[in-house]
This record gives sequence, structure tokens and C-alpha cells, in this order.
Amino acid sequence: MLRMTLKRLLMAVPSLVGVVIVTFLLTRALPGDPAAYFAGPAATKEAIEQIRVSLGLDKPLIIQFGRYLGDLARGDLGNSLTTGQPVGKEIRERLPASAELTLLGLVLSISIAVPLGILAATRPGSLIDHACRVLATAGVSLPVFFTGLILVYVFYYLLGWAPAPLGRLDVFYSPPPQVTGFYLIDSAIARDGELFLASLKQLILPAATLGIFSLAPIARMTRASMLAVLASDFVRTARASGLAPYTVIVTYAFRNAMIPVVTTLGMVFSFLLGANVLVEKVFAWPGIGSFAVEALIASDFAPVQGFVLTMAVMYVALNLMIDILYGLIDPRVRIEA
Amino acid sequence: MTDLAPRSLPQSSAAGATFRHARYVISENPVTGVAFGLFVLIVLAAVLGPALVPYDPLASNTDAALKPPSVQHWFGTDQLGRDVFSRVVVAAQLDFFIAVASVALVFVMGGLAGVAAGFFGGWTDRIVGRIADTIMAFPLFVLAMGIVAALGNTVQNIILATAIINFPLYARAARAEANVRREAGFILAARLSGNGELRILLTQILPNIMPIMIVQMSLTMGYAILNAAGLSFIGLGVRPPTAEWGIMVADGAAFMISGEWWIAFFPGAALMTAVFCFNLLGDGLRDIVDPQRRT
Amino acid sequence: MKRRDFLKSAAALAGATMVSAPAVFSPAKAQSRQETLLFVTESGPNNFDIHGVGTNRPGYEVSWNCYDRLMSHGVKTLPDGTASYDRDKFTPELAEEWSTAPMSITFKLRRDATFHDGTPITAKDVKWSFDRAVTVGGFPTFQMKAGSLEKPEQFVAVDDRTFRVDFIRKDKLTMPDLAVIVPAVYHSELVKKHATEKDPWGLEYTKTNIAGGGAYKVRSWQAGSEVVYERNDDWKSGPLPKIRRVIWRIIPSAGNRRALIERGDADLSFDLPNKDFAELKQAGKIAVATTPIGNGIWYLGLNCKNPPFNDVKVRQAVAYAVPYQKIMDAVMYGLANPMFGAESNAASSVAWPQPHGYSTDIAKAKALLAEAGFPNGLETTLSFDLGFAVIGEPICVLVQESLAQIGIKATINKIPGANWRAELLKKELPMIVNFFSGWLDYPEYFFFWCYHGQNAVFNTMSYQDKEMDALIDAARKAAAEGDSAGYDKNVRGFIGKAFDEVPRIPLFQPYLNVAMQKNVSGYRYWFHRQLDYRTLAKG
Repeated sequence: MLRMTLKRLLMAVPSLVGVVIVTFLLTRALPGDPAAYFAGPAATKEAIEQIRVSLGLDKPLIIQFGRYLGDLARGDLGNSLTTGQPVGKEIRERLPASAELTLLGLVLSISIAVPLGILAATRPGSLIDHACRVLATAGVSLPVFFTGLILVYVFYYLLGWAPAPLGRLDVFYSPPPQVTGFYLIDSAIARDGELFLASLKQLILPAATLGIFSLAPIARMTRASMLAVLASDFVRTARASGLAPYTVIVTYAFRNAMIPVVTTLGMVFSFLLGANVLVEKVFAWPGIGSFAVEALIASDFAPVQGFVLTMAVMYVALNLMIDILYGLIDPRVRIEA
Repeated sequence: MTDLAPRSLPQSSAAGATFRHARYVISENPVTGVAFGLFVLIVLAAVLGPALVPYDPLASNTDAALKPPSVQHWFGTDQLGRDVFSRVVVAAQLDFFIAVASVALVFVMGGLAGVAAGFFGGWTDRIVGRIADTIMAFPLFVLAMGIVAALGNTVQNIILATAIINFPLYARAARAEANVRREAGFILAARLSGNGELRILLTQILPNIMPIMIVQMSLTMGYAILNAAGLSFIGLGVRPPTAEWGIMVADGAAFMISGEWWIAFFPGAALMTAVFCFNLLGDGLRDIVDPQRRT
Repeated sequence: MKRRDFLKSAAALAGATMVSAPAVFSPAKAQSRQETLLFVTESGPNNFDIHGVGTNRPGYEVSWNCYDRLMSHGVKTLPDGTASYDRDKFTPELAEEWSTAPMSITFKLRRDATFHDGTPITAKDVKWSFDRAVTVGGFPTFQMKAGSLEKPEQFVAVDDRTFRVDFIRKDKLTMPDLAVIVPAVYHSELVKKHATEKDPWGLEYTKTNIAGGGAYKVRSWQAGSEVVYERNDDWKSGPLPKIRRVIWRIIPSAGNRRALIERGDADLSFDLPNKDFAELKQAGKIAVATTPIGNGIWYLGLNCKNPPFNDVKVRQAVAYAVPYQKIMDAVMYGLANPMFGAESNAASSVAWPQPHGYSTDIAKAKALLAEAGFPNGLETTLSFDLGFAVIGEPICVLVQESLAQIGIKATINKIPGANWRAELLKKELPMIVNFFSGWLDYPEYFFFWCYHGQNAVFNTMSYQDKEMDALIDAARKAAAEGDSAGYDKNVRGFIGKAFDEVPRIPLFQPYLNVAMQKNVSGYRYWFHRQLDYRTLAKG
């Protein structure tokens, strides 16, 4: 187990190196000029040159890259021009916001997609099967920002059911004392029911937007997996032994069908992290996605580099965790590995 | 002695068999039939649309701005007085082009790299694998944003960005397929006949993985259009005043609150229909091509 | 067996962290809604200090409300009833009174004014702050220069309560320049404590900390999401503000900002798009304030350095081809002052901005273009700032369409905000749609920065003409000396010349739009176009 983990980590290192290099080149290729931005609206060419030298942007790329690596080794991700804060600090503050949103979106999605997939699998070829497929596919056929805007329009503006899209908390609440950065967990730890509800209310619409978008892959995978399992020998034996259909489906078939779904979840989660950026923009969510997008538009290198690196590391860690989880759930994998 | 020669069965052409199989699949699954129908409609709109639209999609007419759907303007007019119906139809051509071009590009890039990796193994496999892993480690949409921001927001760059972020998927799938067929009988036969490795790759393996990839390609077509829409929302999409569904939705979204729903609704509906159609088409094609892999 | 145990224990762990206590509803933590103002904008500050490097416009707002200056402006009422700052009336702020001499002005500071930490404000702090303003470089130094405030030697702390500014030349703009945001008064001891060798003026510290004595203090700041202010109850430089707590939330989506205002969840929404604004005004449920932006014009600029627009005839052809009225209707929804269609290009007064004599005349445009030697038209690019896409993009689309009618094929080029300045500085873009407004509302000020051959960054079209320079310099001299006849002649001269030569084609003077709930009062328009919380009240 340990050896496998180490081996996997080692294999991930070249990818991370690749990510660092590509991001560095890409940000340097951005058409903006941070020196001009920094120098302000009235700067002359000389003033901008001065700032460029002080930012170290006049040196050849190799030297700049070397400095960047040196800073990285010390854990310094640089400073953001648009917010004026150190990137590391911004990411640490904003990551829980994005993670909480993505996780809740995923939970919502699973709670709808899995039953849908099972339902479709137990009645293959029927109207219900087609309806499920149409429903799931519809969710993923609209651009995610549009879904978000429609939800805001209908549920906040027209019906008033959802709270104002003002971010993580209404203005009159202060955030709970920081433990994990997840408002739901922190307010639960602080035993503050009102705050918990307030945080949950703000989370519903953006999480629903993300959830709608990820319905399709999870539903599909569940259906496929269940179909395969339901056709297998041991299920046939269970049925033949006279077990109740519910027991057959849930206790035996479902557990075994979940394995490939878990793998899909990993892919869906990282896919959602990418879709996050648009949802965060729509809902004014103070997460890393909106941070990165603003920085990209402003040709602000450091946050973009920091964001991509963080995401890449998280992706690798997540995949590793899933593989380990997989190994724990399915003993066959462990034996093969 | 009685003649034991087998009676010749009525010959059916390969094309005919495929067609009958397709018809059977569609009848089994009405949704697929609908998807095929929609697909034909979209292609028609893309090809014939620009010639048949009532108004010039780029002509502004500020006196008639923000008018709701009516007999003169079936889908209403937008903030500059342009006819939304004409723009939606003409956009079909651009979006379809974006979808097809992205998919063609990624199939060539990813497919070739993948089969080479699967077929030759060794260093080719490792390098392609590393490249695919590196790309996968990025938050994909942000990578697309970065590429378009760095290279400039033209249609070509949007297509390039979409192709790059889908590369790992195709490379992996192609690699798996090539791997399976590496030691197949017909490959060995081709080798024995004196065909070079590259020739085998191009003429034997690549055509054989096409059917499997077509399913993935259909899904990617839908994704390419959604990607372009997302980029437009942040300002990295096509240039104005080009008519493209994604940018029309992104711009029109601002008018929803004030009640001019048609500016975003119709392009949004068109976009959704197209992506929907491509997704379901993928399912249908999979059923036709490889029923074993139905999901 | 091991697997089952693991799964069981995992489930147990998950269960244990669930909310177990019954919901305990604490008493309302929220402060009284009456004393809190919530307003929303599209973007937030990146720096609290206007002297900082790269401080953005929202940052100016923080500076304005949290720091004091020697003087401020009085208030006047505009024709439509909105309150606005009065350019010609100065009121005491930190300085109780002042006396002018031919080449200097002496201020007497308030006796009881203190910084937020209780330290009394003295003339030493004022001198240190002014020295800082003219030394740090960048925008603040440049702005100080506009009022002939250039050297630290000009600033003298006579004693603890007396501060004198010596003039190096007579300049009508010195007084107004002392009331802009830049010459704010900083707590010199506090900032000096945080200064380093590399950062002698403590710019790093003041970026995220307020070292001032203004009416508000910053209680918390989440970059990119929100700023929370709290009133300085010991503020002596003016009447105590009514709002105790101000919350500034950043909401990037314009549609959501409008929704928030309409549903009453936000008290004030700053700078909504014109269309929303026109509709809210009509609906009547929301109070709206709309004020023409002083000394501000959206224009179509043509590069005078390179062909083809270095030929005045080509520029005039473009001026006749612009679809002015379409822009007014479809882009500004009528909420702007037209800058076109006057009787002629001769200046009608010394008021600025004023309309030029061009109007949409395609035939004339075509003729001029042919005269200039382009009977078959030409190709070029038209660029705009993505940060102002709501206005810039439709203008470009309409202009592009109209230019096509006279044979000019223009490709539209979207340039992201951060790169826009760099591009402008290069002065290579052939055609741009841009906005400029000057804080000091005087025509000679505008022309000095936009038309003078010194080729400042704001002279985006690289226009160089000796005659124009002479007119501008003469006008400034006349203003300094109080020679109104000379002033009149020269101002009319340079306005008329600008219209004839048309290096930039004024399109319209935009309005600043603010939407607020009907129970919000005290809004005042300021030249810096940011919100002043000190005069606002609710209910």
C-alpha cells in the first residue's frame, strides 16, 4: 500500500513539473503588461520601464523562471496586482469557499443522479429510462453560467425564494470562528444553528447550478454500472434464491456497482473545479475561481500561476485518494496492484 | 452423390446491413431518432441558413431595438436592433464549424498520438502519457482561458484551445484501442505482407478505431460549443459583431432581468438543442457501432 | 472482515460530525438596519492609499472617506435637483481658515482634530503628507503637478497649527488641486514606524491600513468581496455622518446588482448600465441620481502620427460618418449630453464640454475621403477597452457598420482592461473608443492633458500642433493672471481648432448613474465620481 502510494506520487511529479512550466510560459505569453498596469494611469514610458526593472520583468525568461522556482521552493507564490495581497494568503482564504461549494454541488448531484441511474437501470429501454437520460443530458446541455443566471432570475428575482446572491453570507452575519473554513462545518462546530442555516441558504443556488451540470456523467455511469452488475451471476443467484428485489438491488448490486462510479466522481470533481470559475462569477462567490479569472483578464501572473498549481496538486492528491479508496473498497484491486 | 455444396445465400451489401441495423437501433430508441432528426436540421441550417434568413444578421436598426417577438421579427430584436432569428440561424454555421473543426483537430492530434503510443509502446507511450497527464492536471477550462487569452480571441484559437484540452481523452481512448489490436491477426498478416509499421498504423489501425471514437467525437462537439460560450461570458469569445450562440447568450443574459428575455432565450435554446442533440447522437451512434458498450 | 470494519468506522465518524445540538437561535447579531448602509459595485479596491502604486479607482474612494484634506468643496444644486460639489466654493475641512498672499497661501489647522488612534493632527503631518505626494511618483505626483505643486520646498510647517504652501508660479488650479483626493493628511509618525529602507514612505503599510483621521475607518477588508467601514465618532472636520456602518459588497454581475436594488436587498447600487438606469427611473420605485460627468467625454480617437489618419481630411470624413444619434439612442438610452450637431465648429462659449459641428452625413464623408485620396476606402482596426465593454462594444459595432458605408473596413479589437493602458501608451492604435475626464473642471486643464504637444499619456492620438500649444499656454497664463478677455479668446481658439482638426471626435458627455432606495438621502456628485459616505443618511 505504502509502496503503491509512493510510486503513484513519484509518477505524478513529471506532470506537476509540466504544469509549472506550461503555466509560466502561458502567463508570460499573455498580452498584458503588468508594469504598465502597476505604473498607473499617468505613467510615462520611463516610469513604466523603471517599474518593469523593479518587478524583474526585463530579465530573460530563463532567469525569471529561476527566480519563480526559487520563490516556489520557499513557499512564496508572489503578489497579486489586482488585490495587492500575497497570492498564498488569498488562495488559503478562498480555497475553502470553492471547495465547500463544489462538494455541496457534488453531494446534490449524487443524491439525484444515483437514484436516477438506478431507476433507469432497473427498467432498461422503458419510458422512464429514456426520460432519465433526457433529463440528465438536458442539465449538461446549457452553458453553466446561463443555468446559474436563470436560477437567480427565477428563484430570487421572480419568486423571492432564494436569498440575494451576495456571496457566502448575508451582510448581517459574521462568519463563524475559523476551523476548516467551511462555513457549514464551522457553524456546526460552533453550535450556531442560525448561522448554519444562513450559510446553507446562500449555498443552495450555486450548488444547484453546479449539481445540474454534473448530473449527466454520474447518472450515466451509475446506469451503466448497475446494468452490468444486474446482469451478473451473483445477482441472478440472489434473485433465484428468492431475496426481495429491494435487498437485491441495494444490498448486493448497488455496492458493487458503485466502484466505477467512485472513479467517475474523481473526474467529475476536477471537472467541476473548472466549471467553478463561471459559477463563482455569477454568484459573487469569493472563491479561487473568480480570483483566477479576474487575474487572468488583468494579465496578473502570480494568481494565475498559484491557482493552476494549487488545482494541479489537488487533482493529483484527489486521484491518489480515490485510488486508495478504491483499493480499500475493492480487494481485487489491491491484489492486482 | 448429392451435391453438398452450400447454397449461396442472397448477398447483402455491407452498406445495406449497416443501414438496416441503424434503422433497428433507432426504432428501439426513439430518442436517438429524434437526435438524428435534429442533427439533420442543424446541418441544414448551417449550410443553407445564411442564404435564407430574412434580415442581415449584422445590420443594426436602433429604431427597432429591443422589440419582442412579432410577425416581422420572429425572435424579436436585440439591443442594436438586429434580428435575433437571423442571427441565431447564421450562428448555426459558425457554431457547427467550431464544433466540427475542434473535433477534427483533436481526433487527428489525439488519435494519432494515442494510436502511436498504443501501437509502438515504449518511449512513445511514455511521452504521450506524460503530455496527457500534464494537460489533465490543469483545471481544463482555465487552461482554455489561458490559451485564448495568450494567443488572442479568434475562432482559430478557440478551436485550438478546445482541441488541446480534449487531447488527453482521445489519446487515452485511442491508445487503449490500439493496444488491443496490436497483436490482432490482421495486423500480423499486414506485417508479414511487408507493410511498414507506419503504414500499418495509418491504414489498418486508425480506420478501425474510428467507429469507437465517433461516439466520443459527438460528445466533444457539444462540449466545444459550450466551451466557446463560457469563454464569451468572460470576454474571451469571438469578436463582435459576429453572431455566435455562446456570445449571444452571454450578452443577452444581462437583459433577462429587465424583461427582454428573447435576446438570450432563443440562442440559448438553439445552443441547448444542438448540444443535446450531439450528446444523444453519441449514445445512438454507440448503440449502432458497438452495442456491447451501451450505457 | 477488515473492509467491513473500515466502512463501518468511516460511517460512524461521518455521523459523529453531524450537527447534533438542537438549533440554538442566538439573539439578532445584526446591528440596526437604519444605521448601516449596504452598497454594491462591480469591482473593489486593491489598495487603500491613493499614493500607492497601481491603486485603482475604488481605492480612491477608500482614501476619500478615511482621510481628511485641508479643504473640501461646498455644495450646489443642479437643475434636476441633484446635489453636486461646487467647483468654485471651498469649505474648511482639516483647515479652519486660510489666507492668501500673492505667492502663497497659509492654512490654520483645527485645534481638536485627531487621527483615528487619538494622536493630534499637526502641521508636521500635513507637510510630511504633501512631501510624500510629490515624491512617490506615478499618478499622485502627476496630479499634484497639475496645480503647480511640485517640490517639497513649497510646503512649510510654520508651527503646529499653521501650514503654508508657497507657489512657484501663479496657477489658477493650485487651490482646486489642494482639495482633490491626493493631498490627504497621513499620520506621519505611524507610517514612519512601518517604513523601511526600501520603502521610505511606508507605502506597503498604508496599502492595507488606514493611517488617517477621516470620518470613517476600515473595520475589515476581504479583497475582491467586501469592505466594511465603521464611523469615526471623534471626527471633527465636518458634521458627524449619520451612517454608523457602511458595507461595500462587490458583485460582478450587473444583472444581479440590479436585482438586488429592485428587491430592496441593497441600499445603493453604483454605476449601473444606462439601460437599467433608464428603466428604473421610469418604474419610479427606486430613486435615481443622474449627473453629467464634469469635464468628461467619450470620444473616437484617430492616430495623428501614422497614415491614414494623419491626414485631416480623412479624420473629418470619419467625423461625418459616425452614427451619433444611433449611439445616443441604443447605447446611452438618451442618458448623455450629445457632443455633436452644433451649428458650426466655432466655439460658442468657454464652457467645456460643448458640441462640435459634425453630424452624420454619409455623402459628405464619402466626398472627403475621395478628396483625401481614398476613393475606394481603406482598412483599419477599431479598439476598445474590455473593462468598459457595456458602452464601448456597441459603439464600436455601430461605428464599424457606418464606416463600412463609406468604404472603411474596420475590424473590432477587444483589449482587456489591464493591457489597455499599455496599448494607449504605445500610441500605435489607429482608431480607439475611449473616455477621459479631468478632476479639475476647466477647459484649459482638459486641453493641456489631451491636446498639448507635450504628448502626455492622455494625448492618446499623439496630436502635435504648435499653434494649439500656443493657444493652450496662453489660456493658462491668462487664467493665472485673471485676464478674462485673453482667457476667452484663447479658449475659444483652441476649442475651435480642436473641432476643425478633429484628432478626437467627441461623441457624448456621459452621466454618472446611481440607484438607491427611496429612503436613502444625501447623495452628492463629486468630481472624482466616487461615493462620499459622509453626507448619506437613511430614513
